[in-house]
Amino acid sequence: MSNAQPRQTARLKSDGSHEGFLAYAGFRWLKVAAVLAGLSLLAYLLIDQQPRPNGGSALGYTLGTIGALLILWLTALGYRKRKMTRGAYSLKAWTSAHAYLGLSLIVVATLHTGFNFGWTVHTLAYVLMMLVIASGIFGITVYATVPQAMSNNRDQMTETQMLNAVRAIDRQLHDAAQTLDQHHAALVQSALDQDPFGGSIFTRLGGRYPGCATSHAQVILRRETGPQADMGNDPLEKVDALLGRKLAILSRVRKHLRYKALLEIWLYVHIPLTFALIAALTAHIISVFFYW
Amino acid sequence: MTFIVRQISRTADGREIIRSTSHDKPLIFVGRDAACEIHLADLAVNLRHARLVAEGTTRVRVEALGSLGFDLDGRPVRSADINLTTGAELDFGGHRLTVDAEGVNPLITVARVSALSDSSEERDIESLYTLKGKLPSRRFGAWALTLMTLALFLTWPIYTYATSHGIKDRGAGYHGDQSWTAGPLSQAHKGLEKNCQACHVNKFEAVQDKACVACHTLVHDHADVHRQLRAKGPPSNDAALKAAFGKADGRCVDCHNEHLGSGAMAATPQKFCADCHNGLKARLPDTKLDDVSDFGTNHPTFKPMLVVNPETGERRAQSLDGPVTQNTGLKFPHALHLSVTNGVARMSQTVNGGKTLACKNCHAPSADGARFLPVSMERNCQSCHSLAFEIIGGTNRTLRHGEPDQVIADIRAFYRNGGPPNGMGLSGITRHQVGSYSQQLNALPHSWPGGAEGAVARVFSKGGACYDCHIITQSGGGYHVTKVVQPDHYLSKGWFSHAAHATETCQSCHAANTSNATNDVLIPGISTCRHCHVGANGAALKPVSTPTRSSCALCHDYHRVNEAPWRARGKPYNK
Repeated sequence: MSNAQPRQTARLKSDGSHEGFLAYAGFRWLKVAAVLAGLSLLAYLLIDQQPRPNGGSALGYTLGTIGALLILWLTALGYRKRKMTRGAYSLKAWTSAHAYLGLSLIVVATLHTGFNFGWTVHTLAYVLMMLVIASGIFGITVYATVPQAMSNNRDQMTETQMLNAVRAIDRQLHDAAQTLDQHHAALVQSALDQDPFGGSIFTRLGGRYPGCATSHAQVILRRETGPQADMGNDPLEKVDALLGRKLAILSRVRKHLRYKALLEIWLYVHIPLTFALIAALTAHIISVFFYW
Repeated sequence: MTFIVRQISRTADGREIIRSTSHDKPLIFVGRDAACEIHLADLAVNLRHARLVAEGTTRVRVEALGSLGFDLDGRPVRSADINLTTGAELDFGGHRLTVDAEGVNPLITVARVSALSDSSEERDIESLYTLKGKLPSRRFGAWALTLMTLALFLTWPIYTYATSHGIKDRGAGYHGDQSWTAGPLSQAHKGLEKNCQACHVNKFEAVQDKACVACHTLVHDHADVHRQLRAKGPPSNDAALKAAFGKADGRCVDCHNEHLGSGAMAATPQKFCADCHNGLKARLPDTKLDDVSDFGTNHPTFKPMLVVNPETGERRAQSLDGPVTQNTGLKFPHALHLSVTNGVARMSQTVNGGKTLACKNCHAPSADGARFLPVSMERNCQSCHSLAFEIIGGTNRTLRHGEPDQVIADIRAFYRNGGPPNGMGLSGITRHQVGSYSQQLNALPHSWPGGAEGAVARVFSKGGACYDCHIITQSGGGYHVTKVVQPDHYLSKGWFSHAAHATETCQSCHAANTSNATNDVLIPGISTCRHCHVGANGAALKPVSTPTRSSCALCHDYHRVNEAPWRARGKPYNK
């Protein structure tokens, strides 16, 4: 039909102002979460639970139901985030609600326990939930602080450019070391052979590389060449300079790796523990009705 | 002999470039040095690494020259003899030399087989900077933890249930469903911690009363079941909800909550009592019980069982609201004995180390401290109210307490020989003490003429030893002493322990030191209790400075056994 409108597929233009998910809609979800936590606390303080507060009282069941539904809804973000939309049900709104309602669970679920803890599936579910929340808090913290530092460190280089820079220096090192005797050539070779992206998860997170072959090679070379006078066109001079350049780019790469690891690591806790939590929560709920 | 060296290199787009050179000499060198015939730009190769020597037309000998060897067909060696017809592969650092024959000449094909540096190798830029490969994947972690949790905390407990269904005792060791416990069991049920099935008999079935009475065989209903059902108020709001979840109303566990800590089981909340007893009269008009909902605000006045006829022991419940008296058969004004200024006080000070009489001089607590032992003449009275009438050879002759006929007989015997010169000291109201002091005191002013019958009449009459404390009736020429009743408790439907109130003085509840009449009732009323005791939720009619929350169960027992309520405490029901 001639008057049919073409489907809108282009991206809508942003109005230019940025509002993070935490501040979304004037902290709407912070307020909602605060009201939820406040009401739970008020109910806990005002309702006299006899003989003592526990998850099996009327209030306990209510708080438990709210908490369990919240956990399931919070988990749904994992699926929801794959679909970006705008408006009140935008991904940003969901994420904002996810963060704040997740925090309110600390109050809702703690009051649900009535402060009864033990070596039970019930306490396991609670502990898993608290670990998930703690990792989420860590995630928000690194999301708020790391990107700026990462951007500064990257200095407009892309990850591919960083890799290419390492490769370029490696090629030059290789060429420059061709005429060296075997002892020195082996030092350079070890610097070339070491994986710049190697090291364990702890090395990544710590950002310290005490076994760095490049640094080691440079130290040895300098120990030998240091006492000598200017060696002019000695290829060792060139190799030394190249090792220095490689160390500089490695330092940038390693910082970048560390920032990336920080931005990622919490998800390795947050997500597996969320599923463990749902499993424990399932066992918790089934156990209550099984031994009703 | 000509060595043919074929160098293979690759362009950036992967195309092969082959350069062949021929060296017409019997010996060529392999090394990083550009002067070598086989020049390997490889830092893992020595400047002059090895030499190749032709031996005849069919063999080539390879010998390492420096400290490093090479690999022959994957094996590290320092020298090798190679048959050209079979050929061989030699690895020097990152380069591979394939030795072969071309016609009669040895052909050496040289190619770089490994990247010149680690970073130069093929990289997946998408995952290079991520934690991929550094940790088990999130999906793997999620599955592993989920399955582990379900196995340990769902499958195992259900297996334990299935294998112990119907078993009385599972025995020691950890059982899977112990991880399901909602909290420690109370002290009395501690032995059941490993036997969930003792109470949770069937899956998805709320705990039934029959699980309780399986052990608690002697427990019985609080009242007639039909009357209880009539007495019950309208069902609470959550009863329907509970019923929908299979939790019937009125089960043992409604009141007796478990899994709430390892101490004594918590007292039953008072709402379970008030559900029926608040507004009971309206629902059950023929009940003799008053309505009650909370000790602090709505509890009937106490009706102690007061003695109305000591002779028959008849007692009747009388409300403390009005003026009440009781007749225990004993004449005993408390105030007179507790005074600190009168003659009793002086006498007590004389014999009691300077102290006036106190409650504890006569009232000794029972073994459990809850109540007091009966007062006895021998133990508590006769140190002052002596019945001695003569000393013979240092031994007191005493009238027999509690045996009026013996008293009469003893007096008559005393007078058989004409009587003592000064008569017999038998005054009651005058304090008697054993010993010469008493003898002198009594003898001088109280010489009673009249012989034996006069003395008998006097001892049972006003001013006589018996009459002063006892009610005496005369019938058919004989004297009858009315029985004395000392009830050990007055409030028969509630529990009270004096031991629990040791911080109080006697007078703070019992107005004994102002009680001049012998038939005063010294049981305190509910207002006295309410000085400290408030309702279960803290409700009180008047402000209380140190409130003690008191639910029904503090004083009352629901399952009354034969001796209830005063023997129920501290004693299992089924023993």
